Amino acid sequence: MGRGEIRRRNEGSIKIGPRLLEILSQLGEIELEDVEIEVEDLEIWWQPGVGIVAPPKIVPPPRVKPTEILPEPFEVPLEEYPGRVEEVVLGATKAEGGTRAKRIVIGGAESPAFYLFERKPAHPPVIAIDTFDMKTSLPRAIRMYVEEVMEDPPAWAKMAVDKLGADLVSIHLISTDPLIRDTSPKEAAKTVEDVLQAVDVPIIVGGCGDPRKDAEVFTKVAEVAEGERLLLSSVTLDMDEAGILGRVAKAAKDHGHAVLAFSSMELNKAKELNRKLYAFLPRDSIVMDLTTAALGYGLEYSFSIHERARLAALMGDPELQHPVLSGTTNAWAAREAWLRMGPEWEPRELRGALWETITALALLLAGVDVFMMMHPDAVRTVKKVIEHFNREVKPETMVDWVSARI
Amino acid sequence: MTEREIKGGIKELSPIDVYMLLPRTNCKECGEENCMAFAVKLVSREVPLEKCPPILKKEKAEAYKKLQELLAPPVREVVIGLGKRSLRIGGKLVMHRHEFTYHNPPPIAIDVTDEMPLHPNPERKDEREGIIDRIRKFEGFSYDYIGKRLNLDAIALRSTSGNPETFKSVVRAVTEFTDVPLILCSLDPAIMDAGLSVAGDRRPLIYAATKENWKEMAELALKYSCPLAILAPNDLSLLRSLARTLIDYGLNDLVLDPGTFPEEGIAATINNFTMIRRCVFKRRDKLLGFPLLGTPITAWLYGEGSMEERAWKEAVLASMLISRYADLLIMHSLDGWALLSVVIWRFNLYTDPRKPVSVEPGLRTFGEPDEKSPLMLTGNYALTYFTVESDIKKCGASCYLIVADTQGLSVESAVAGRYLTAETVAEAVRKSGIEGKINHKFLIIPGLAARLSGEIEETLGGEWRVLVGPRDSSEIGKFLKEKWPPKLDFQG
Repeated sequence: MGRGEIRRRNEGSIKIGPRLLEILSQLGEIELEDVEIEVEDLEIWWQPGVGIVAPPKIVPPPRVKPTEILPEPFEVPLEEYPGRVEEVVLGATKAEGGTRAKRIVIGGAESPAFYLFERKPAHPPVIAIDTFDMKTSLPRAIRMYVEEVMEDPPAWAKMAVDKLGADLVSIHLISTDPLIRDTSPKEAAKTVEDVLQAVDVPIIVGGCGDPRKDAEVFTKVAEVAEGERLLLSSVTLDMDEAGILGRVAKAAKDHGHAVLAFSSMELNKAKELNRKLYAFLPRDSIVMDLTTAALGYGLEYSFSIHERARLAALMGDPELQHPVLSGTTNAWAAREAWLRMGPEWEPRELRGALWETITALALLLAGVDVFMMMHPDAVRTVKKVIEHFNREVKPETMVDWVSARI
Repeated sequence: MTEREIKGGIKELSPIDVYMLLPRTNCKECGEENCMAFAVKLVSREVPLEKCPPILKKEKAEAYKKLQELLAPPVREVVIGLGKRSLRIGGKLVMHRHEFTYHNPPPIAIDVTDEMPLHPNPERKDEREGIIDRIRKFEGFSYDYIGKRLNLDAIALRSTSGNPETFKSVVRAVTEFTDVPLILCSLDPAIMDAGLSVAGDRRPLIYAATKENWKEMAELALKYSCPLAILAPNDLSLLRSLARTLIDYGLNDLVLDPGTFPEEGIAATINNFTMIRRCVFKRRDKLLGFPLLGTPITAWLYGEGSMEERAWKEAVLASMLISRYADLLIMHSLDGWALLSVVIWRFNLYTDPRKPVSVEPGLRTFGEPDEKSPLMLTGNYALTYFTVESDIKKCGASCYLIVADTQGLSVESAVAGRYLTAETVAEAVRKSGIEGKINHKFLIIPGLAARLSGEIEETLGGEWRVLVGPRDSSEIGKFLKEKWPPKLDFQG
């Protein structure tokens, strides 16, 4: 089309005479030089001459093919959001009343997760490594890394920080379960103190899942670890039903801790629980756990609930404007993560570690701020991805995979 | 930004708008009661427009065309291949999964090159893999998941030889061996032409048109009526410009590749895919309204690392691209351990978010149970149920299984979310009609619901006893062998 510019719109057409058409059909391609055509819609058509008996072969109408790339600039599609996710501080340094080497700030999102063209995350997501206060059944792929520290929470925590680079350590007090060892709140609090002594990163304290017992344990732990800005994992609507939610929330507030509000994949329940907590706690002390289902076992529900929660928060729903935590270790609930499945799926150790990794990455893109994880390779990979996102290197050239020999 | 704005296309389309263009004769030829019902199904993409015979008649041509436009998804649907195995890619109606449903799970293409031998020569160390072995492995990849078969979908044939004749002969050999949909990969039009001369009648995807070769590639795409991919690495202006140019050139079936950059390039990669989709759904950008191609295969070419590390990185990249809008993927690894999580995530993400995947609650029987057979309990999340079902069948037990209504949640989530409680279990047992079928009162509950055992006994009352089963149903066989019939004598 040379320097001619043709804009196509909806109406108007140029009719081309049969002779010209004949010539065109022989050429198959035309090039117009120094012509400027400004029409609403360029439609070139012709009618076969009268008297042709055989139906004409269907030939597409000759087009005026561009001969140069038609420039169409790209504009970055930016949006504004009325809402913003709260920032929550975990851990406290000496100056802040605790004993941690540094504190960690999570949340603060002002755009959907990793919409980097809009803005970088205010605070990159962080990884907590799960430890337990007693020997528990773990898949072999994980057990082989932690076997030696399984009955020794401080050593376990130290390994998580020193060897695996945990940003935080979560200590799950599962032995407090009345159906397991029924460890007393006092003993449990001692374990937390020992872990606080062993490492200097912020600590997440997990209960056993029995609402009454957890309330007792959390109240005691909150008091003993005064000022450390723990994250108590977790408070639930069950606690509210049992009339003990207020007690735990108040203990958290009085001693300077944050709480993890757990709900099972229902945003209305998450909001209801937050509303109840607002009566006792400032907004910047609440983190949400919207439930992490394993890959293959409902991860897509977790993914969508996290996307919905974050979009609603950005659009201004104050009851969802809290950072979110994912219990990513749940990935190992999937049998595909650990089961022997036949030689074509081996080695299962790699399969399992990748399972946890991919569970985490799906939720990373949905907006999760804190991951609780276990497998060293999964932790390493997710940390790397977060780092890459944070550095945002502009690739100059693309590797030629088309003709590369792999 | 309001939620309505985010939702974009699909939500703005009202069944009334569609209804007005339908024949409105309520002829029922489509199988619906009336035209309005058909319109509703059209809008929710449950039926194709072509199920309405009258609309296909000549006199309705205009309405048909309008309806086609009205129902066209913001991301064009492009077909690769022909016949039963052909692949539909793109066709996306929404940006976020929860707004509607993602259509057309991204096919995974596995690469072979024209320098691979058809069969490896065992004498030569550098010939590890042959093309035919690779394709056999590709075809053999299959995993049964909730009653569905998860497979790989296409072969990407790359020319690494740089020789048109070599490419042509390998493309021919592959087409003779398999009817799987193909992607022909070369940036050299002469090589592409050679490949298309033997496979062009099978509608392969042509990869790719670039800043340099677009005209020649466009001619080939026209000549063979094949879809054409555009490659513009990390340059969305170029991508849009090439799309505009190729549309004006007469091509409609385009696929966009903004480049897949592994390692530190992952930020730019996800950024580009995300910006493109936002432009489509927020800005109605027609030039970017085409399926997106991701190439996790690039993970094999960056940095150092063992084969396992590269396959790992490739799977990581693939899973993130599936989450962020890729409509087609080209990969290299054929390792089951690496691909399994990728194909499962793909399947999961493309399920209908409005329907929890669940099965009917109620009593099931396995084998030929009698009054002494064990009675077990599980939840009605489809995956839980099918897993338990397959494990019971595997161990060959004759037994009863009560499927409790856990609202389509797994046992663990249902316990945590209080959908599986002593009350709901008691209700499920009562409703199951098991009384009278067995002469004992032992209920085996999932290990993951262990904490409910006491409460369930209390709530069921009478002589009921609860046995805590294994945490994973793969142990059911072992459990029954060791624990059934129960050793403890019934003492009331």
